[in-house]
Amino acid sequence: MGKLFAVVVTIITLVATAIFVAHVWWPPTDISVHGPAIDHQLRETMVSAGILFVVSQLALALFAWQYGDRKDGRPIKLFPGGATPMVVLAIVLVGAEILALTFVGSKVWASVFQSPPDPNSLVIDVQAEQFAFYFRYPGPDGSFGATHPELINEANENYFGLDPAHDVDARDDIVVPSLAIPVNRPVLLRMHAKDVNHSFYVPELRIQQDFVPGLVIPLHFTATRTGKYEIVCTQLCGLGHYNMRAYLEVMSPEQFDQWLKEKVAQQ
Amino acid sequence: MRIRDLLLLGGVALLGTAMMAGRGGRGGRGAPAAGGTISGKVTFTGTPPKMKPIDMAKEPFCAKEHAAAPVFTENVVTGPGNSLRWVAVYISAGDQGSSPATETVRLDQKNCQYIPHVLVVQPNQPLDIYNDDPHSHNIHPLAKVNPEWNKSQPAGAPPIHAKWELPEFIPVKCNVHPWMHGWHVVLTTSHYAVTGEDGAFSLQGLPPGKYTVTAWQEQFGTQSQDVTITGTETKTINLVFKATPY
Repeated sequence: MGKLFAVVVTIITLVATAIFVAHVWWPPTDISVHGPAIDHQLRETMVSAGILFVVSQLALALFAWQYGDRKDGRPIKLFPGGATPMVVLAIVLVGAEILALTFVGSKVWASVFQSPPDPNSLVIDVQAEQFAFYFRYPGPDGSFGATHPELINEANENYFGLDPAHDVDARDDIVVPSLAIPVNRPVLLRMHAKDVNHSFYVPELRIQQDFVPGLVIPLHFTATRTGKYEIVCTQLCGLGHYNMRAYLEVMSPEQFDQWLKEKVAQQ
Repeated sequence: MRIRDLLLLGGVALLGTAMMAGRGGRGGRGAPAAGGTISGKVTFTGTPPKMKPIDMAKEPFCAKEHAAAPVFTENVVTGPGNSLRWVAVYISAGDQGSSPATETVRLDQKNCQYIPHVLVVQPNQPLDIYNDDPHSHNIHPLAKVNPEWNKSQPAGAPPIHAKWELPEFIPVKCNVHPWMHGWHVVLTTSHYAVTGEDGAFSLQGLPPGKYTVTAWQEQFGTQSQDVTITGTETKTINLVFKATPY
C-alpha cells in the first residue's frame, strides 16, 4: 500500500509540474508596460514555490516507498521532541517562504499600484454597478462635469449622475459601456462603485483592482498592443455577476481620435 | 359541420368583433364603443433631448441583432410634426366607472429591449412577462406604492405571471442589462391609449359628462385638459409638452 501511495504521489507531482512547465494554463500574452515585471515576479514565485512543492512531494513519496510497508516490528521514530516542534518548524518554514515572497513581490506591486500616474495620462472615470461597467471621458472641453448620485438614472443613460441642465462641463461628457484607449499612452482610471464591491480585471493588462463604494480609486497603466480584450468583474457582486463584463479596445492614436469624434457627435 | 357547431362558431366570431370594437385608443382597453370620443395628438414645443444610441457590446447576441440598426434610448421619442411617442393618455377625472380588466397583457423582453416600452394595465389585470432571448434577464419593477420585486428569468423559462394592485407609474429595469428600461402604468380607468409615432390617441365610448384628460410622459411629466362630452360627438384636443434639451 505504501509503495502504491508513493507511485501515485510521484505521478501527481510530475504531471502537475509538467502542466506548469509547459504553461498549459498560463496567463495570456501581456499587453502592458508593467506586465513584464509582473510576469517576472510570477515566474519567481512559481519557481520557488514549485521547487518546494516538488522536493516535499518526492520526499513524501520516498519515505512512503521506503518505510510504508515495513513489518519488522520496530517502533516508529518520532521527530525530535514530538509533534509540536515538527508543526512549529513547518509553520516557521512556510511562513518564512510566504514572507520572503511578499517582501520581494511588494516591490513590483508598489511599482504598479503605489507609483504616481503620468501627469499626461488620459483620465477616464469608471462607474461599476450591478451588473455593468461604464466609462466617462471629459469631452472636447477637457473637463468632467460634477457627479450627483441622486441624479443617476439608467433610463436616460445617466449612469454617473450628471446634471447637464445646470452644469456646462457635463454636457459634452462622453459615457460609453466600452473602454477605448490609445496604444502606448498612459491611462488613469478613476474607479467608482455605485452599489457594492466590484473588480476590474483584464488578464492581458496584468491588472486587477477592486471598486469600493464611497471611494475613488486611481488605477493607471499603459497598453502596448492594439486589440480587443475582455474586462471582467472578479468580485462576486450579486445574481448577475456572471454577466458583468465589458470590452477594452486598444486603438492606434488615429483610430482613437476618430472614435472620440464619433462619440462627440452623438452627444 | 353540424348546425350546433356553426352556431357556436358564429357566437365566438360575434364576441370577438364586439371586443375589438370596444377597444379604446391605441393600446386602450375594452370600453364600449357607444358614447363620445376624445381624440387628438400629443406634441411638444422647444428642443427635446437627443436620444443616445445604446451600445449592447456586453451582450453579444443583442449587439448582433441590432448591428444593422442601432436602437436608441426611449425616454423621449419624437415623430413627424413634433409628435411624441410612448405617452399614456387617459381619463384622470370624470370616469363613470370602468369594468375590471381580465384579459392578459403581454410584455416581451426581446433583443434586450422591453416591448412595449410603455405598458398600461389596470389593477389586478393579469400580466405575463416573456423572455424571448437566448440568455437570462432579470426584470426589476421599481414600484413604490405596490410591492417592489425583482425576478430572474433564464432563457426558455416560462412566463412570469404578475399583476399590480394599485395605480402607479412604475419604472422597470433589467438588473443584468442596465440599458433596458420601460414603464408599467397602472390606471383605474379603462379609457386610455398609448401614443404611437404620430402622437395620436383616441379615447372612445365615453358617456356624457365632464372629463379630465391627462397625458403622462416619462420625462416631461403630465399635461391635462378638461373636456365635456354631451352625446356621441368626437372632441379633438391637443396636448402639448414643453421640451428642454437636458
